[in-house]
Amino acid sequence: MNMQFRSGAQQDTASAIETAIADCDIHPARATATELYPFLAKRWHEHLATYGKHAYQGMMEGPPYPKAQPNASRRDAYPPEGGPQGSSLSFMQQQLLDPHNVALGVLNPLNTGQGIRNHDLSAALATAINDWQIEKWTSKDSRLKGSIVVANEDGPAAAAEIRRRAGDPNFVQVLLLSRNVEPLGQRRYWPIYEAAQEIGVPVGVHAFGFGGNPITSSGWPSYYIEEMVGHSQCQQTALASIVLEGVLERFPKLRMVMIEAGFGWAPSLAWRLDKVWQKLRSEVPHVKRPPSEYIRDHIWWTTQPMEDPEKREHLFQVIEWVGWDKLLFATDYPHWDFDEPSRVLPPGVSDVNREAFYLGNAKKLYGIA
Amino acid sequence: MTAPVAGGVDCDLHPAVPHLTSLLPYMNDYWRDQVTTRGMTDLLSQSYPANSPIAGRADWRPARGKPGESVDDLVKHAIAPFNTAFGILNPLYGVQLVFSEDMADAFCRALNGWLVKEWLDRDARLRGSIVIPAQSVEKSVAEIERCATDRRFVQVLMLVSGDMPLGKRHYWPIYAACERLGLPVGIHAGSNYHNPPTSVGWGSYHIEDYVAQAQAFQTQITSLIVEGVFAKFPALKMVMLESGFTWLPSYLWRLHKFWRGVRMETPWVDRAPAEIVRSNIRFSLQPVDAPPEPDTLNRLFDQLQSDELLLFSTDYPHWQFDGDSALPPGLSPDLARKIMIDNPHAAYARLKDSVAKETTP
Repeated sequence: MNMQFRSGAQQDTASAIETAIADCDIHPARATATELYPFLAKRWHEHLATYGKHAYQGMMEGPPYPKAQPNASRRDAYPPEGGPQGSSLSFMQQQLLDPHNVALGVLNPLNTGQGIRNHDLSAALATAINDWQIEKWTSKDSRLKGSIVVANEDGPAAAAEIRRRAGDPNFVQVLLLSRNVEPLGQRRYWPIYEAAQEIGVPVGVHAFGFGGNPITSSGWPSYYIEEMVGHSQCQQTALASIVLEGVLERFPKLRMVMIEAGFGWAPSLAWRLDKVWQKLRSEVPHVKRPPSEYIRDHIWWTTQPMEDPEKREHLFQVIEWVGWDKLLFATDYPHWDFDEPSRVLPPGVSDVNREAFYLGNAKKLYGIA
Repeated sequence: MTAPVAGGVDCDLHPAVPHLTSLLPYMNDYWRDQVTTRGMTDLLSQSYPANSPIAGRADWRPARGKPGESVDDLVKHAIAPFNTAFGILNPLYGVQLVFSEDMADAFCRALNGWLVKEWLDRDARLRGSIVIPAQSVEKSVAEIERCATDRRFVQVLMLVSGDMPLGKRHYWPIYAACERLGLPVGIHAGSNYHNPPTSVGWGSYHIEDYVAQAQAFQTQITSLIVEGVFAKFPALKMVMLESGFTWLPSYLWRLHKFWRGVRMETPWVDRAPAEIVRSNIRFSLQPVDAPPEPDTLNRLFDQLQSDELLLFSTDYPHWQFDGDSALPPGLSPDLARKIMIDNPHAAYARLKDSVAKETTP
C-alpha cells in the first residue's frame, strides 16, 4: 500500500519489473453515469433517473464511509481525457498494463447492480455491466479478462446470467461481494455456486457490499478505517459460513477466490474452525472433513493489501500455511492502496514461488494458456 | 502440555445461575413481583446452549442442573487441580439480553448480589466481575460504583457484541469509572443479540456464532483503538475473555497498515495500534485456537512479540481442553509463570488487596 501523489505514469515506468505478471484485482470504471445505458432497456434508464438504485444502505449519493481519497483512487490515476480513475482503457494500458508487464488482468467492476433492493434492476444491471466489460475492455485488449457480475440476492437470475456466459473466453470468474443479505453459505446463494461449478469458473468474493446488516456484530462503527480493517472480519465470517453450510462439500469442484480481504487470518480462522468443529460437529453433519481441508483445497487468495509484518519470516510462516500455490498477485488499480508489484515480496523467495505468486497460479486457476 | 505453576490466577470461570428464581432474594419487591406474575423462568442465552458440548465439558457436568452451578464442583474441577490462588468469576447469565434497560438493571443488580452471597462469601480464593446493563450508561456507572466498594470485585464485565461498537463515546463514562476505580473492563464472548450475531448477518448454526466471536473481538479492538479510548483513559486495562488470541498478530499487521494509510481520519491515535494493545489490552489463554504443536505455538508467541499479553484461564466449565492440559505444550517455564501469575496480577490491580470480610453491596 502506498499513497501516490505524483502525477503521470513516469513513476510506474521507473519501477517496472522484468517478468510478466497477472493482476487479479483491477477495477474498471464508467467514464459517465450513462455509459451503461446502451446495454440497458429504456425502461431502466427512466427508472434510474427517477428512483436511482435502491440500495441496502441509506445513501443515495456518496458512500456511508467517505473514502480516504476521491473514488478511493490514486490521485495520479485520472485519465488525461477526463472521467474518473480507471475509466480509460488507453490510460490503464499506459499506467498499469504496459509498465508493469501485466500479461493477465482480471477486471472486478464495483458499484454495479449488487447490493440493491430491486432485484429486477439488479439483474438488468448485471447483464449490462457484463456486456460493457466485453465492449469497452476485454474485446479491445486481450490481456484483460472480465468477471461475471450477478444479481447476488436473486439466485435463479444470477445462475441464468452465469450460464449465459458459459464458454465465453471474455470471462474467467463469477464476482460476488462479501457482505450480502445473508452470510454467503446460505442456500439462497447455492444456485450461483452450482452454475459456476457447472461452467467451470471460480467464484471470486471481493471485500465490500451492503446487505442491510450492520457491518459489525455490534452495529455500525464510526470510521472508514473500521470499514477497511473490518473487511477481513466480514470475509472471515462469510468464509466460515461457506464452509459450515457445506457449500464446498455439495459443490466439490467449486473454486473460490478471496479478493482484497487479506490472507494472514487464514491459518488462525482454520485452526479455530477445526477446533470448534471437533466439538460441535454433531450440529453440522454435512461438514464431513475438518474445515481447514476445505479451505486449503478450494480457496485462493489475492495478495493486495499485502500482509506486511515487521519481520519477514512472519510473512513466510503464514504463506507456508496458505500455500505458495494459492496466492494471486493483485494491485487493486486504480485504488489508493495500490500494491506496487516490484516491492510487494521481500527478498528470500525462490524463483519457483515468485513465478507462481506473480503469474503461474493465476494462469492455472483461470485457465489461461 | 506444560505443567501449570502453583499460585496462579484463573481469569475466566463461569458460575451458573440455576434459575431466574435463584435471583429473587436479590431483587426488590417490584421486580420479584414482575418475575413471578409474568411467569419468567430463566434467561438462557443462545451463545451457550446448556447441552452444547462446548458449554460444559463432559466430566465437569453435574448429574443434575447446569454445568458450573456448584461452588464445590468449581473448586474441585478448576481451582484445586491447578493449585489456583485466585479464580475470577464471570457470570454469563442472559441479563444483558433483555430489551428493557430497567429490567436489565434490576437483573444485573440481583446477579451481582447473588455472586457475592453465593460465591465470593463461600470461598476466599474467588473474585468477581461486575455485570452491567450496558444499554444504559448511567445505570451501568451507578452499578459499578455500588459494587466497587467490595474489593473482591476485580473487573467490570461486558459482552463482545452489543448495541453498538464498544469504542463509541457513548460508553466512555463507563470507562472513566473503571479507570478511576482501578477496575479493568473484561470483554467476554457472547452477544446480547440486539444486532445479528455476525458482521454478515444471521448464520444457521450455533457453531457459526461461536466461531464468529473471534471476528467480533477483532472489530471491537479496532473500535476501542481508533475511537481513542486509550488516548483518553491511558490507565484503563481491558481483558478479552474467551476471545482466542492466535488471530492477533495478523490482525495487527492489517490494522497497523491501514492506520499508517489513513491516520489523518483519527489523529488522536498517536501510537501504533500494536503498542496500544501491548500497554492496555490482555487476552485470556483459553481457547488456544492452534494445533497442539510446540513449533506452531512458539511461532505464534514470536509473532505476538510480547510475553505479557496472555492471562491464564480454564474457561470452566466450557470445554476447551481435556484433562488438566490447560497450558498448551512447549511453553518455557518463564512464560508459563508469566501467564499464570505475573500477567494476571499486572492486569488486576485489586488482586493485591488483602481482603478481609467485606460489606456486601
